[in-house]
Amino acid sequence: MTSVSSVQSPESVETAPPMTLGIPAETKKGESLVAASPKTVGQLVALGYDVVVQRGAGLKATFSDADYAAAGAKVADAKAAWAADIVTAVNAPGAAQLTKMRKGSVLISMMSAPSSPDYIADLAKRGITGMALDAVPRISRAQSMDVLSTMSNVAGYRSVIEAAENYGGMFTGQMTAAGKTPPANVFVIGAGVAGLSALGTAASLGAEVRAFDVRPEVGEQIESMGATFVQAEAAQQEVSTDGYAKALSEEQEKLTAVMYAEESAKADVVITTALVRGKAVRTISAEMVAGMKPGSVIVDLAAIGGGNCELTVPGERIVTDNGVIIVGYTDLTSRMPKHTSQLFGTNIVNVMKLLTPGKDGQAVLNFEDEVVRGVTVAHAGEVMWPPPPVNVSAAAGAPVADVPVIDPVEKARLAAEAAAKKSTRRLVGSAVAAALVVLAVAFSPFTFVSYFTIFALAVVVGYYVISGVSHALHTPLMAQTNAISGIILVGALMQLGSTNVAVLVMSFIAASIASINIFGGFLVSYRMLGMFQKEA
Amino acid sequence: MTIIGLIQGLYIIAGVMFILSLAGLSKPATARAGNTIGIAGMGLALAATVWYSLYESAELPDRQPVWLTALLIVAVLGIGLAVGAPIARKVEMTQMPELIAAFHSFVGMAAVLVGINSYLAESGGDTVHTVEVALGVLIGAYTFTGSVVAFLKLSAKMKSAPLVLPGRNLINISAFAAFLALMIWLVVLGDGSHTLGVVLVAVMAVIGFGLGWHMVAAIGGGDMPVVVSMLNSYSGWAAAAAGFMLGNNLLIITGALVGSSGAILSYIMCRAMNRSFISVILGGFGSDDGAPAAGADGPMGEYTEISADAAADALMSAKSVVITPGYGMAVAKAQYPVAELTQRLRARGIKVRFGVHPVAGRLPGHMNVLLAEARVPYDIVLEMDEINDDFADTDVVLVIGANDTVNPAANDDPSSPIAGMPVLEVWHAQHVIVFKRSMATGYAGVQNPLFFKENTDMLFGDAKTQVEAIVAALPALQKV
Repeated sequence: MTSVSSVQSPESVETAPPMTLGIPAETKKGESLVAASPKTVGQLVALGYDVVVQRGAGLKATFSDADYAAAGAKVADAKAAWAADIVTAVNAPGAAQLTKMRKGSVLISMMSAPSSPDYIADLAKRGITGMALDAVPRISRAQSMDVLSTMSNVAGYRSVIEAAENYGGMFTGQMTAAGKTPPANVFVIGAGVAGLSALGTAASLGAEVRAFDVRPEVGEQIESMGATFVQAEAAQQEVSTDGYAKALSEEQEKLTAVMYAEESAKADVVITTALVRGKAVRTISAEMVAGMKPGSVIVDLAAIGGGNCELTVPGERIVTDNGVIIVGYTDLTSRMPKHTSQLFGTNIVNVMKLLTPGKDGQAVLNFEDEVVRGVTVAHAGEVMWPPPPVNVSAAAGAPVADVPVIDPVEKARLAAEAAAKKSTRRLVGSAVAAALVVLAVAFSPFTFVSYFTIFALAVVVGYYVISGVSHALHTPLMAQTNAISGIILVGALMQLGSTNVAVLVMSFIAASIASINIFGGFLVSYRMLGMFQKEA
Repeated sequence: MTIIGLIQGLYIIAGVMFILSLAGLSKPATARAGNTIGIAGMGLALAATVWYSLYESAELPDRQPVWLTALLIVAVLGIGLAVGAPIARKVEMTQMPELIAAFHSFVGMAAVLVGINSYLAESGGDTVHTVEVALGVLIGAYTFTGSVVAFLKLSAKMKSAPLVLPGRNLINISAFAAFLALMIWLVVLGDGSHTLGVVLVAVMAVIGFGLGWHMVAAIGGGDMPVVVSMLNSYSGWAAAAAGFMLGNNLLIITGALVGSSGAILSYIMCRAMNRSFISVILGGFGSDDGAPAAGADGPMGEYTEISADAAADALMSAKSVVITPGYGMAVAKAQYPVAELTQRLRARGIKVRFGVHPVAGRLPGHMNVLLAEARVPYDIVLEMDEINDDFADTDVVLVIGANDTVNPAANDDPSSPIAGMPVLEVWHAQHVIVFKRSMATGYAGVQNPLFFKENTDMLFGDAKTQVEAIVAALPALQKV
C-alpha cells in the first residue's frame, strides 16, 4: 500500500503499484446517491486506479454491482472500500467510518468546511488528507469539479418538480374548450446555479417566471433563461469580485423586504435559493407568508442552512394556517439519484484528473495549484483550512468595477445631440455641394449639361438599385457590374474606324481587353449564380 | 429619323436593361434573370455600336474602309471570347477575388487608352473635353495599377502586408497636386502644341499609375473587400468619364451605375469593420500607430484543445449548430467537406446554419459564393445581423478560419484596435470549436480572447483535413 505524498520523487512513479480508490456506500440515513456511476468508474480506471466499489453502493441510484464490475471495478465489502488509498464519498463520513480509514489515505467528499472546524480537526488528528469538494474555488478552470454547482443545478430542477406537485394547478396557461387557465406565477429568489436552474425549468413548464438577485450582473442570465428580472435598484449591490453574493446593508434589506412581500403575494410558487457561503439568509418572513394566497407553495432550497423562510421546517413539508405549503426538503438532490450520482461522479473524475497528471494511478498533491490547495482542508496531520483567497476577477484579468455608470436619459440626450449635429453638418455639406454643382453647370456648355443630368440621375438610380442587394450576392454582383463596365468597349469600338495608326492600335488593345472583361464577367457571374440554390 | 437618333434610342434601352439587371441581382431568386437581362443589354449595346461604327466608316470622310473596321471588330470580339470564356469557366471560386481584381484592371487600362485616343482625335479648344480626358485618364490609370496590385496581393504573388513609405500621404497629395497643375497647363495650352499635349496626357497617366500602385500597396490583405469594391467603383467612374469625353450616354449611365454600386459595397464593408473609408484607403490596421498594443499580444490564459472525434461527438449531441467561416476556409479550400458535414448533420435532424460576417474573406460575399459552390442552400447562410441574436440558443459553433470577425475584444475592450467593429457573437453559444492552424493572431494583429474562454475549444490543423476527420468520425457514432 502506498500513501499519497505532496512531493513526488521520479523513482516512485515507475515502481509504485496503482493506488486503490474506494467507493463505499453512503452511510447518511436515506441517502440514495453514490459517489460514482459505472461510467465514471470506467474513467477512473482509465486514470490508472484500482477502483473498489462497496457491494450494493449504487443500488438506490439504479446502478447494479454487475455494471460496476463490467466497468472495471472490484466489487467488495465495506471494509475494503474504506481501506483504499483514496476514498470518495458524497457526504462526509461519520467517525465510525473514519475509523475504518487508514492513516495517510485521502478522503474526497463534501464537508461543509466553513461550518465544521471540529470535523476537519478530527481528520487532521487521524492523519487523513481531507479534500472538500464543496470548497472548490470558483474559477473557470475548476468549474468541472464544482460539486456545489452540480448539486445546486439538480436541486433547482427538483425544486420546481416539488413545487409543481404541491401546487394545485397547472404551470402552463391553457386554453381549452372548458375555458382557460392562467399560467402559474413563479418567483425565484437568488439566481445562482440553483436559482437559474429552477427558473429555467419553471419557464420551460410554461410558468410566468420572475426572479431577483442582489447581484445586478446576473440580470442578463435571468433574462436569457426566459424569466423576468425583478429590478430593485437600491437593493442591488455592486458587481461581486469573487462570484458569491454578499450580505446586504440595512437599508438595502428594508427595500428588498418590501419587494419580496409584493412579489410573494402575487406568486403562486416562491422558490428561495439564498445561501450566502452555506448560511441561509432570511428572505421570507412569517408576515409575508401570511400575505400569500392559499394554495401557493414555497420551496425553500436553503432549508439545509436553516431556511430562507421563517416558517420553514428543514426536511419537512408543512401547511400554514392560511393554506400556504412550505416545502423544506433537504434531500432534493437525493430524489434524483441516477443523474445526480452520474454528475457528482464526473466531478470526482475531474478532480482525479487534476491529481493524476501522469494518468498512472498515482495521485499527486501539488499545493502550488490553487484548486488543489483550495480543496485540501487537512493534510499530514495539519489543518489546512481556510486556504489563501482566490480572486476570481483578478484571474480573469478583466476590470469590472471601473465602468462608469451613465444615466440612460443623459445618454439618449447626448446621442440625440450628436445626431442633430451630424444632420446639420450633412445638410450644410449637401447645400455646398449642390451650390457648387449648380455653378459648375451654369458655366458649362449645353451638351455637357445634358450629359451631366444623365450622369447624376444614373448615380441616384444606381444607389437605390444596389442598396437592396442581398449580402449573399455581393460577389456575383461585382462580377456582373464588372462585365457591364466593360461597356467601355463601346467607346473603343467607335475609335476603331480611325485612320490614325496610333489611335487604331490603342483602340484595338482597349477594345480587346474590354471585351475579355465583358465575356469573362458575364460568364463567371452566370456560373456563380447557377450555384446558388434554395433548400429543396 | 436618323441613324444616330435610332442608335441613341437603342442605347437608352440598353441602359434601362442594365438597371433592371442590377435590380434583378438583389435577390437570389431573380439573380439569374438579372444576369440574362444584362447579357441581352450588352448584346443590344454592342450590336448598335457595331452598326454605328460601320456606318461612320461608310459615310464619314477620313475613315478606314468598312471591311477593315468590320474585320477589326470581329477580331476584338473573338479575342474577348477566346480569352474571357475559358477563364470564366475554369476559375476556382476561391480565386474569385483575384479574377475580379484582374478584370477591373482591364477596364482601367481600356479607359486610359480610350482617353488618350480621345485627346488625339479631338485635341484643342474645348476646356470641358480636356478636363474630361484628364480625369478619365487619371481614374483609369489609378484603377489599372490599383487592380494589378490587388490582384498580386490576392494571388499571393506579392506580400499582402501594407507597404508603408515614409511620408506616404505627402507623396499622394503632391502627386495629385502635380496632376492638377498638368491639367491646368493642358487647358491653357489649348490648340497650342499637339505633341506637348499628348506628352502631358501621358505624364498624367503615369501619375495615375503611380498613385494607384502606391495607395493599394499600402492597404493590407484583410482590407481587400473594401479595396476590391472601391476599384469596382473606380472602374465605373472611368467608364463614365470616357462617356463624357466621347459624348456617349450609354457609357455615362453604365459607368454611373457601376460607380455607385461599387461605392455602396465599399461603404457596406467599411461599416462592417466600423472604420471610415478614408482610414481604410490611407492604410491598414496597425500601421496607424506602429505595433498593436503590447498588452494584447501576450497570452491571455489557457486554451483547451479538442480532437476531431470529440468535436464530432459534440456535434452529434447538438440540436442547433452554427458555422462561421472566414478567409481560412477559402485558403484551406475546405468548403466541400464543410458542405458535406452540413449535409450529414442536417440528415440527422440537427439544425445547421451559417453565419457570415460582411468582411469575411477577401471579397464582398466571398463566403457565400464558396458555400454556394459546395451546394450549401443559400437560405441557411445568414448575415451577421440575422444570426447574432441566435447564438445564445446555439449548442455548438464551428469557427472555421475566422478570427477578427469573432473577436469579443471588439465589444469588450475599448482599447482594442478593432473596438467597435460589429462581430459575430459566437461566445454566447454553449460550446465554440475554433479551427485554426496555430495560435497566431488574425489580420488585425489582435489576440482573440475568444480562444481562452472556457466554452471554447481549439482544433488545430488544416481546416480541410480536420473537417474531413470530423465527417469521417460521424458514421461511427451512429452504431453506438
